[in-house]
Amino acid sequence: MKCQRCEKPATIHVTEITGPELDELHLCEDCGKLYLSQGEPTTEATALAHQFKLAEDSEELAALDQQVCDICGTSFYEFRHSGRLGCPHDYVCFEAELEPLIVNVHAATEHVGKRPKRGVNSSEQQVHLVRMRQDMKAAIDREDYETASALRDQIQKLEQQRKPS
Amino acid sequence: MKLEELARQSSEWLRGSGPESDIVISCRIRLARNLANHPFIRKCSDTDLNAIERTLHETFQAEPKLQDVGYINLKLLPEIDRQFLVERQLISREHADSNGARAVAIHPEEKFSLMINEEDHLRIQVMNSGLDLNATWEQTNAIDDVVEQHISFAFHDRLGYLTACPTNVGTGMRVSVMFHLPALVLTQQIERVFRSLQKMNLAVRGLYGEGSRAMGDFYQISNQITLGRSELDLIQQVADVVPQIIDYERRARTFLINENQQDLHDRVSRAYGILCSAQTISSEETMDLLSSVRMGVNLGLIENLQIPTINKLFIHTQPAHLQKLRGTELDTANRNIERAHYLQRHLQQDGADPAENN
Repeated sequence: MKCQRCEKPATIHVTEITGPELDELHLCEDCGKLYLSQGEPTTEATALAHQFKLAEDSEELAALDQQVCDICGTSFYEFRHSGRLGCPHDYVCFEAELEPLIVNVHAATEHVGKRPKRGVNSSEQQVHLVRMRQDMKAAIDREDYETASALRDQIQKLEQQRKPS
Repeated sequence: MKLEELARQSSEWLRGSGPESDIVISCRIRLARNLANHPFIRKCSDTDLNAIERTLHETFQAEPKLQDVGYINLKLLPEIDRQFLVERQLISREHADSNGARAVAIHPEEKFSLMINEEDHLRIQVMNSGLDLNATWEQTNAIDDVVEQHISFAFHDRLGYLTACPTNVGTGMRVSVMFHLPALVLTQQIERVFRSLQKMNLAVRGLYGEGSRAMGDFYQISNQITLGRSELDLIQQVADVVPQIIDYERRARTFLINENQQDLHDRVSRAYGILCSAQTISSEETMDLLSSVRMGVNLGLIENLQIPTINKLFIHTQPAHLQKLRGTELDTANRNIERAHYLQRHLQQDGADPAENN
């Protein structure tokens, strides 16, 4: 989707509720910044974008953008532009960067609702599995089928263990 | 599952039953869940998407409580059929338009739908007409429990259920109530109501969710926050504002009747007149006029017309529904003609025999 004010791709999507009807805006980052600086954040999308704008102004941004999740390869820059994370491990890897954003949206940092009934695998175990899958894919890509099948067996074994009896 | 058969039945969320159903249309709860051992959708390869789709499909098949669902593979589905499912709110527009392996499992009476590979790997959504949030949560929670017996969801000790977008992290829950608020729109008070809701961290959306316009004066109100409060707290927060919004809308209706009865009656009658006699009509104009007529019937300004008929017309006159019911694809111009004929048939029939409105 193109930005409604220039030719660049729209990355910020705003629903403005100021009149009897909802106004939709699809803007690129630059036009979005300009737009957001003109008013207070009103919706979820604008709140999120506003948060990014604050980050934009800080000097640490360049360094921050370079940071990459070692599991899925998502950079913080990618997240800022899409609003979507790449894998569960991003929450651990970008913990410090995500915290102000999470506080801004939810005014909280801790989950107090439902938890899975059976024991959850530790995050490390989950990360381990995702990493093994990535390795398996890489092995297949370089046609190292021996490594790939060994990894597949390990993954299957781990997954079997986690199935409830 | 035959979509043609679905087309003829009324969507659960538009059945319009329950107390105060003239204003409160339906409620819905959705949970966002992701499989622990795959990346989020954005970083999924085709292999990942296929594996997630297969795993969840097998889970549904293995689970006795989910065995009567209709399973629809969206990747293979023609565009018009995907559009049809969006119009019925069984999938989101994003889900319909994206690429790769994805599917939806639908309860035969459309009480819930399970979206696979939408923004998150799994989205469980339960819909009920009227305002029964507690029952809706119990159903949602039960489905989540059942799926969780088979699958490890991405879960963080401190942050709860992990989601592709941090705005959903924690409970992953969005609880929403759909209202019909024509009088607040007409008296230009709606904006003020929205502003006060936003201050309470509640979001307002149109009929078709995020970014959609408020077609037919239908509005969905939902929680913005998903972290740091229990599911029941979040439900309560939305439930608490419902009586207030009903009261605002009722007062606006009373005001219109008392101050402006003639204008209101004229507006409603003209809307009805156009719907009964137009030869070609767009979807937007139809929604707009049906909204006036719906209010008119509720206020006793139009007789011999049933609310369920109007509710059904809201959805049956949408582009994909019209084509499904007609059994053929139509371009915009022909759709507008078909829509006008459809409206004429059903509005005239309703006065004569309410039993035949399908």
